[in-house]
Amino acid sequence: MKYAVEVKNLGKKYTLGQKERYLTLRDMVVKAAKVPGNLLKGKKFSKKGEFWALKEVNFNVEEGDAIGIIGRNGAGKSTLLKILSRITEPTEGEVRLNGRVSSLLEVGTGFHPELTGRENIYLNGAILGMRKREIEAKFNEIVEFSGVEKFLDTPVKKYSSGMQVRLAFSVAAHLEPDILVIDEVLAVGDAEFQKKCLGKMDEVTKTAGRTILFVSHDMGAIQRLCKKTIMLEDGKIAMIGETAKVVDYYISRINQEAEYKYEPSLYDDISIIKVTIFDNKKEKISIVDYDKPFSIEVEYQVNKEVSGMQMALICDSAFGGRLFSTASSEDELYLEDEKGIYKIRYDFPQPSNIFINPGLYWIRFSIGAPTSKPMSSVSDIALTVKSSEENPRYIHSSKNINCNIIDGKWVK
Amino acid sequence: MKEITVIKPKKGLANFDFKELWNYRELFGVLSFREFQVRYKQTVIGVLWAIIRPLLTMVVFTFLFSNVAKIDTGNVPYPIFSYAGLVLWTYFSTAVGQSSNSMIGNSKLITKVYFPRVIIPASSTIVGLIDYAISFIVVFGLMIYYHYPLTLSMLLIPVILFVTWLLSVGVGLWFSALNVKYRDVQYALPFITQTLMYITPVIYPVSLAGQYQWLLSLNPLSGLVEAHRAAILGNVAVDWSTFGISIAITLVVFISGYLYFKKVEKYFADII
Repeated sequence: MKYAVEVKNLGKKYTLGQKERYLTLRDMVVKAAKVPGNLLKGKKFSKKGEFWALKEVNFNVEEGDAIGIIGRNGAGKSTLLKILSRITEPTEGEVRLNGRVSSLLEVGTGFHPELTGRENIYLNGAILGMRKREIEAKFNEIVEFSGVEKFLDTPVKKYSSGMQVRLAFSVAAHLEPDILVIDEVLAVGDAEFQKKCLGKMDEVTKTAGRTILFVSHDMGAIQRLCKKTIMLEDGKIAMIGETAKVVDYYISRINQEAEYKYEPSLYDDISIIKVTIFDNKKEKISIVDYDKPFSIEVEYQVNKEVSGMQMALICDSAFGGRLFSTASSEDELYLEDEKGIYKIRYDFPQPSNIFINPGLYWIRFSIGAPTSKPMSSVSDIALTVKSSEENPRYIHSSKNINCNIIDGKWVK
Repeated sequence: MKEITVIKPKKGLANFDFKELWNYRELFGVLSFREFQVRYKQTVIGVLWAIIRPLLTMVVFTFLFSNVAKIDTGNVPYPIFSYAGLVLWTYFSTAVGQSSNSMIGNSKLITKVYFPRVIIPASSTIVGLIDYAISFIVVFGLMIYYHYPLTLSMLLIPVILFVTWLLSVGVGLWFSALNVKYRDVQYALPFITQTLMYITPVIYPVSLAGQYQWLLSLNPLSGLVEAHRAAILGNVAVDWSTFGISIAITLVVFISGYLYFKKVEKYFADII
């Protein structure tokens, strides 16, 4: 059997100092002034901690396979995709790609808000590596799949975010690479369009024999699309094999934590630094009961004054589908915006007749002004909801059904 | 036969990868065109900006240097003298300014899609060429007004422009790569360009420098601006030795810029 992707002993090392991203000459001068001896001796500045985002990763993908890649944030998924799509270079090891590769790490990359939908189709196609005549040949299909015909000559800045995603995915879906690398891009569109995209991806692997590497938090989508799945943990392959088994293992390995801490970013105006789950007695808790109230508290640090912020919470089922999203209202709850560290809490309601079903959910928090991109976001907070002993809830046998329920009554 | 890509850590000196660049020529065109499309989308007078900027500078300088400081430009009227230098200078300074900030401005692309990174700073020097062409209308106007006939020496202008383009790409490659790592570059740049303008004979004749003329000719722009002016006015012969020095220095800047850029491009996506 011929392999489409061969990954041998792949590793990527980051120096922890790189977290600061760029430097200014001023920083360099200050550092040099602090340790003048070092420079004279020709030594580098203090040796910083190193960390391997990926280490000793080996796997092969057969032609025409769809492979899922799962793992928590920081497990190395994004680094792996970035290496496969040649955005960053590995530190060691080798990858052999058999055929043309296209990566879709974020939809709408390269869209320019001032240009029209039509102009952006050509622009985005070219950026993703399509030739002009390829785009022309597929133009009608692209437009039809996206469903934005009416707005083709309107600047993209007037599109809703849903329309932008649809248009961007359409362009990408009509690329004809041999290997398609897709990061969590479907999370943005509406459910119907997600289904359409998954269908399209399924079609290109089955009928056109193309290979897909697909990263997602949506276990449902992974199970629908991929036969085989790779689970990454701390930069290494924790498990590789049949999707159902890997997903089971993954769910069992999720750290049930009550508290999530994040390194504040010095370059952002605001950073979310801590998320904590509390039960109804204000105790930290890692697994909540479905029939008891609980709350999630977010701690954020303001580095530079920003006004009119909102905190948003998004709750997704681990098996696909959005449970709900909510944002703090500026009028009712003004978020402190001067330099400092503040807390805000979301109370999940006392159960009356709507519950969150037992199961696994992903929580995401974003803070920012309502009309612009979030200034700080944290995702991947695992919320495990369990059934309780005194008030057991029997749910439909499959654990893949994971939606909220209305506590109506069955009667005869 | 499918193409095979091998990804592994690069070692040693960068290579030129011209074949790959050629494969991506369409993207180069598309990105250059995007700059142009976006440039004038929300402006009222649009392309007129290309004429107004050098024209107003010329008017101010004519007042300052011709009437107040009384710089001697021989028998050439000061407006056409300075404008013939300013159009080329304006191209160079905008091209360098845009391409130096282009990597930062396109960070979203760089962290999400692969293509030869060189395309970004290089394609952002193209839109200025269109401005240059538009502002040339005024050059013709001034030539008619001051009775300068069209001469064969104008045929040299495309060559001069090409060298200037190469120089701005070279400088742009250096600055855009440095800018990714050291954000000071974007603050230093306006200052550098401004200083460079005063050590380039744009608004004064090179003869003004007296015994330091040779020092001026080490600035590759000197030869280019002087040659450009000579080609338009057709009154003096092009100084081939200074022009030759300009070409040589341009090549050094371009090749070193390209090599430096290729050497450091692997960490762009990690730190941008």
